[in-house]
Amino acid sequence: MAEILVLVDHTDGAVRKPTLELLTLARRLGEPSAVFLGQGADFAAAALGRYGARKVYVVDAPEVDEYLVTPAVDALTQIAERTGPAAILLPSGPDGKETAARVALRLGSGLITDAVDVTAGADGPVTEQSAFAATYQVTAHITQGVPVITVKPNAVAPEPAPTDPVIDKQDIAFGPASTAVKVLSRTPRERGDRPELTEADIVVSGGRGVNGAENFAVIERIADLLGAAVGASRAAVDAGWYPHSHQVGQTGTQVSPQLYLAAGISGAIQHRAGMQTSKTIVAVNKDADAPIFELADHGVVGDLFEVLPQLADEIERRRS
Amino acid sequence: MKHVPDATADRTFTEDGTTDRESVDSLLSELDEYAVEQALRIAESDDDAEISYLTVGPDDAKDALRKALAMGGDSAVHVSDDDLEGSDAFGTSLVLAKAIERNGFDLVLCGMASTDGTMGVVPALLAERLGVPAVTHLEDLAVENGTVTGRREGDGATVRIQGTLPAVVSVTDRSGDARYPSFKGIMAAKKKPLETLDLDDLGIEAAQVGPAGARSAVDTATRRPPRSKGEILADDGSGGTVLAAFLTAKKFI
Repeated sequence: MAEILVLVDHTDGAVRKPTLELLTLARRLGEPSAVFLGQGADFAAAALGRYGARKVYVVDAPEVDEYLVTPAVDALTQIAERTGPAAILLPSGPDGKETAARVALRLGSGLITDAVDVTAGADGPVTEQSAFAATYQVTAHITQGVPVITVKPNAVAPEPAPTDPVIDKQDIAFGPASTAVKVLSRTPRERGDRPELTEADIVVSGGRGVNGAENFAVIERIADLLGAAVGASRAAVDAGWYPHSHQVGQTGTQVSPQLYLAAGISGAIQHRAGMQTSKTIVAVNKDADAPIFELADHGVVGDLFEVLPQLADEIERRRS
Repeated sequence: MKHVPDATADRTFTEDGTTDRESVDSLLSELDEYAVEQALRIAESDDDAEISYLTVGPDDAKDALRKALAMGGDSAVHVSDDDLEGSDAFGTSLVLAKAIERNGFDLVLCGMASTDGTMGVVPALLAERLGVPAVTHLEDLAVENGTVTGRREGDGATVRIQGTLPAVVSVTDRSGDARYPSFKGIMAAKKKPLETLDLDDLGIEAAQVGPAGARSAVDTATRRPPRSKGEILADDGSGGTVLAAFLTAKKFI
């Protein structure tokens, strides 16, 4: 069976969930091989093997951490040239997308970004994407070279398929472009007690109507009762009430959870682009004409500072 | 920069799976305005700086250039050719790279992505083609002593990065609000030089761009069914309790 390369997203060997999703998708297309860049491969190999990686290609070179994106491009391109994979899958973040584009250019390959599903077709992988603020669903395929595809988080539920992966250390010839952009400092995103926004089954978001950083406690209380991630609209982030890493929308994080609860969010097109593929949408807003209500499965026209505390009390009452 | 269908309008695909540019008005991609703003700020602190805007697109893409020129800057280049229709990011980046090389550069500033395709890969492809550093996805930036330094929110971490000029830089919507063109700026923009180039001028074959040069193809583009209208209730003092009942019925509680 053909080899499928999966670029591993990790922090010091701790593999992030989207990578397990990529391995799950890769098994539909062929035999997954993980490409692990940096330190911590021994630790990561067990997790990668649990989700079906037959091989783990390891590049443990200082360039990977000291420079941006281009060392990964050299590594992935050279490993692809050595192994002749049937496809290459990467996570759809800024790093993953830029790596994918440059690898595709070097390999003479086509590129599809932000896939929400990948299946095996007669002529290679078929992808599904959302377009135009998620009002369209598009299927596409690559017509040239080794298909290079970036996939959004939550495209598929990770399915274990235990293997005992072979670790294969790879030497990479880093070109001059590899050391073009120096990383002066790196601050890994803090992992709090709540689930990550992209990975959460439930997201509770606050917007302009929350009216202050301290008031986000109202949102957080609901999130904690539901085991949810906290999101914020661009207005709330721009006002400095919540960190940018929690911004839901076209230029923030695009989420597709089972439940999206929007409080004090009017629903500008950029916000809707980031959440309207959620399975169930609930909205609380004072303004009955807010566009968010056009998407909501259930909406309450009211003051979030009255509705949410009552909801929280009711959840606690129902659980006790 | 890119001239794109208005993101707040109802955008559609044509039968061949390309963006329908007839049905809605187009304008300068909002995310490119941030790049214009940063270019203007750099020029304001450097007397020798000269700003030239570049776009690839049909005739009316000139409107995007005029909008940018009205914000400030010196001149513009418009690459237009019938064979360009249906180009993907590889074709587009090839054309942009050739046009940039033709006129020379110290710094190429781009938005983080277009608001229509939203791939966000053209800056990286440009850097790869031009053989210069890609200092991309910056939330703030400083250009000094021949380097560009800035903060980038990447996949799992925030990093501070630095590259030497010449370089390709892309900025996010957090890099600083873009200014509005003044009336004086709009009048002045009409007199600023705007050069139009075609594929011959850039030495590019028709087969390298458009659908012939595209490396992927759309099979289907279907409109999502509209969400069925949910139940919207005015809060009569029991909104939270009713919401809890809904979430319980849906098994979220």
